[in-house]
Amino acid sequence: MTTEHATTADTTAAEATAAAASAGAAGGAGSPAPLLIRGGRPYGEDAQDVLLVAGRIAAIGTDLDAPEGTDVIDADGCIVLPGLVDLHTHLREPGGEEAETVESGTRAAARGGFTAVHAMANTTPVADTAGVVEQVARRGDSAGWCSVRPVGAVTVGLAGERLAELDAMANSRAKVRVFSDDGKCVHDPVLMRRALEYVKSFDGVIAQHAQDPRLTEGAQMHEGVVSAELGLAGWPAVAEESIIARDVLLAQHVGSRLHVCHLSTAGSVDIIRWAKQRGIEVTAEVTPHHLLLTDENVRQFDAVFKVNPPLRTAEDVQAVRDGLADGTIDIVATDHAPHPRDAKDREWDQAAMGMTGLETALALVQLTMVDEGRLSWRDVARVMSEKPAQIGRDEDQGQALAPGSPAHVLVWDPRPVRIADPDQHASLSRNSPFAGLELPGLNRLTVLAGRPTVRDGEVVER
Amino acid sequence: MKHFITIADLSRDEALEVLATAEHMAQTQSRSIRKLPTLVGTTVVNLFFEDSTRTRISFEAAAKRLSADVINFSAKGSSLSKGESLKDTALTLQAMGADAVVVRSGSSGAAHLLAHAGWIEQPIINAGDGAHEHPTQAMLDAFTMRRHLRPGDPTADLAGMHVVIVGDILHSRVARSNVLLLTLLGARVTLVAPPALVPVGASAWPCEISYDLDQALATGPDAVMMLRVQSERMVGGGFFPTVGEYSRRYGLSTARAATLPEHTLVMHPGPMNRGLEIAGAVADSPRSVIVEQVASGVFVRMAVLFHLLATDAREAPRDH
Amino acid sequence: MNDDSPAGRRPATNDPVPAADRSRVLGPEEIRRALTRIAHEILESGHGADDLVLLGIPHRGVPLARRLAEQIARAEGRPDGADLTELYGALDITMYRDDLRSNPTRAPSPTRIPRSGIDGRIVVLVDDVLYSGRTIRAALDALGAIGRPAAVRLAVLVDRGHRELPIRADHVGKNLPTARNERVHVQLVETDGADAVDIVRPAAARPEGERA
Repeated sequence: MTTEHATTADTTAAEATAAAASAGAAGGAGSPAPLLIRGGRPYGEDAQDVLLVAGRIAAIGTDLDAPEGTDVIDADGCIVLPGLVDLHTHLREPGGEEAETVESGTRAAARGGFTAVHAMANTTPVADTAGVVEQVARRGDSAGWCSVRPVGAVTVGLAGERLAELDAMANSRAKVRVFSDDGKCVHDPVLMRRALEYVKSFDGVIAQHAQDPRLTEGAQMHEGVVSAELGLAGWPAVAEESIIARDVLLAQHVGSRLHVCHLSTAGSVDIIRWAKQRGIEVTAEVTPHHLLLTDENVRQFDAVFKVNPPLRTAEDVQAVRDGLADGTIDIVATDHAPHPRDAKDREWDQAAMGMTGLETALALVQLTMVDEGRLSWRDVARVMSEKPAQIGRDEDQGQALAPGSPAHVLVWDPRPVRIADPDQHASLSRNSPFAGLELPGLNRLTVLAGRPTVRDGEVVER
Repeated sequence: MKHFITIADLSRDEALEVLATAEHMAQTQSRSIRKLPTLVGTTVVNLFFEDSTRTRISFEAAAKRLSADVINFSAKGSSLSKGESLKDTALTLQAMGADAVVVRSGSSGAAHLLAHAGWIEQPIINAGDGAHEHPTQAMLDAFTMRRHLRPGDPTADLAGMHVVIVGDILHSRVARSNVLLLTLLGARVTLVAPPALVPVGASAWPCEISYDLDQALATGPDAVMMLRVQSERMVGGGFFPTVGEYSRRYGLSTARAATLPEHTLVMHPGPMNRGLEIAGAVADSPRSVIVEQVASGVFVRMAVLFHLLATDAREAPRDH
Repeated sequence: MNDDSPAGRRPATNDPVPAADRSRVLGPEEIRRALTRIAHEILESGHGADDLVLLGIPHRGVPLARRLAEQIARAEGRPDGADLTELYGALDITMYRDDLRSNPTRAPSPTRIPRSGIDGRIVVLVDDVLYSGRTIRAALDALGAIGRPAAVRLAVLVDRGHRELPIRADHVGKNLPTARNERVHVQLVETDGADAVDIVRPAAARPEGERA
């Protein structure tokens, strides 16, 4: 930060002190105590103090005074980021409470440094009506670990046959802006076109799970050298790439916004790069696991590595890292997909697809991108907070670390290294493929609307 | 060797040792009393999630000739067909006191999972897992080839031999295990199939791939192995247009067989579709060793059971 | 079989036991004389060589059976280099052992039975060392699967005692009283490059039962 900024901040600090005093005077039980994050490095840059008062960032600057009753956090050497936003989370509630609930999933999100998650629609019942999305949003609010933004289904029952009542969901209290049949592809080109057109009226976006269903019937893993050897039915890269190619052209044709979920292949990166060069309004996400793991991990037939889209080759991992670094890929999203033990303790072809990811996401991004010099921490704030919030049209989240912004803040210590242990996770499920890996970083503090949800890696019980 | 899951786990010496033991077993099977007391008191479970009468009775015969007790646990009419999981079945077998489990499954990796998931401690023998591997089939094929192509030398490998494997490579565990084992033993392998039945990624295998059967046969191979073609799946899945077209391009007809050198063996893992992938006259011709493969299967499986069961890591005093 | 150690298949040079713990019991000449005597005993106890089949138990019983067969052929006046394959063979007993599960796997050795079989003939089992008797019990079971001899006899180079079964040898090269923790180490030219029988005492520091 420049000196100029610091001066500005100093003036704000005086105002903030006053604000804190008044907040303290109000003394409401619902109003959290002021928080002073001392000596952290916003965006990984110069050390600054960050003062949070009454649910907002009150001041940023050096040597800020702590108002009386302030909770002071020593953040020396830590990175301060806006609270992370996940555009792709499976909370499993309603219907899949054995794997995850809104309560457990949002606790897991908080532990991962998230202050908002977008809950995917493939629940039971499917989130294809205003009633279901409102219920999920309400559960999220009452859990209070992070903001829960429901994703609405594009088609009724995810069946890919007719559009769900998108407008009703958009205008519900849940204010749905992201629509996805995730888990299934909106493969009918006419239906996809109509959906893209339909959401324009309320500035929504279709988040496509790009998977040609015919090319992937019975598919078990990436189709290539390893699938040939293991005798598992292949999931070819072209099944993803052909849908993305079609969809970017459709988006261009009808002038709509398209978001591509969990892009996983080198060819997909090329197509998105091409589309962006043509000015097509497309955004794309990559998961943490596709930034690290490859189809070689499948060789032990451990279904914890079974995921959709499948783990690809080392060349694909390289390509998605490059794409994330150069901005072709806009965001990292977890595709957190919890499953009960029995769904994974099975033969590979009978096991469920998906991995948990909320509690390891930032560690993975640090490991694969920051520590490798491919992303700065400011870039991390962009791909894990600002941009996902923008895609989801969430104006409360992903705001800059600046006075006046909502106090959704993460303090991340990049220095500790720990062995990932799913048994320690807040998620109800244990299907993390990173178990046993040395992962960097510790969530020192996560603040949601001024209230700490996590301290030193553990959730703060209320 | 704790388990027998995949040829990829075997060293050349281990493979030759199993073949040598199989030769010994073959010798014992020509005696007046064929039953050996070797595994008396042990229990071998045949756990067959997929129907395969041939493989099951081969393992059953092998275990019984070594005096093991055999329990058959097959999908039909058992809890397996009622959706019991592999895990629960394994826990059951562990509790029942099985000494070894022979497992056949339509799922690639099932045997590996059973061996390594921690549900059961006993040796696991893979009797075919999905399209992955069928290692005892490859052993019996190599055993049969060696007897004919290296007669009188029960320690030989297959160096210099050329084997052509023809048919549905994509779905074939037999082809995968054979490519690994035959090349481990020094043979050269050519796979022949229509392109849609060659897996994407097979170019990394240690073998040649051809789409032209006549060209492959013109090289004068030492053995030609025809794979079973499941015509319903093939035509329905669009892998080839009609059975007739496949048969014309890739079937081992009498005319094609006539172009082979006199010593060339014709093999088939069974069950055969006579008239589809192989002409009946070729299957019954003197160069066909298809029936002998069945006998070899018992010897090889006896050898595998012997190596896994007649052993223990402990070194105990050996008495005279 | 070979000596009474599970490592018996290894060459003697690999034996880590210091030479100081080892004492020579039979040398090449004594072994030769012992085999000559046994050959004559076998001939005298039967009706000549025609009904005789010598079956060596792998590994060291096989060369011993061949040497005995040669001696017998010579005594019968057959020319040197005559085909003796009808007179001796090899009988692997691996599949008939009762201790397989507590011992390391060994690959079975070939069994070779004379073409004319063993039915109605006199079979002499030949082994290097007779100890517990369990090997011979297994050999008798193995024989039973092959045929029905008129009689079965047993010839051994060394009988070291400590029988666990009611089995005795008909022809013994040398009776050798031993302690259980001692090892009898037989070497033959054909398998080990030299003829010798040693008795090996465990070093004081070596715990009982540990074997190289």
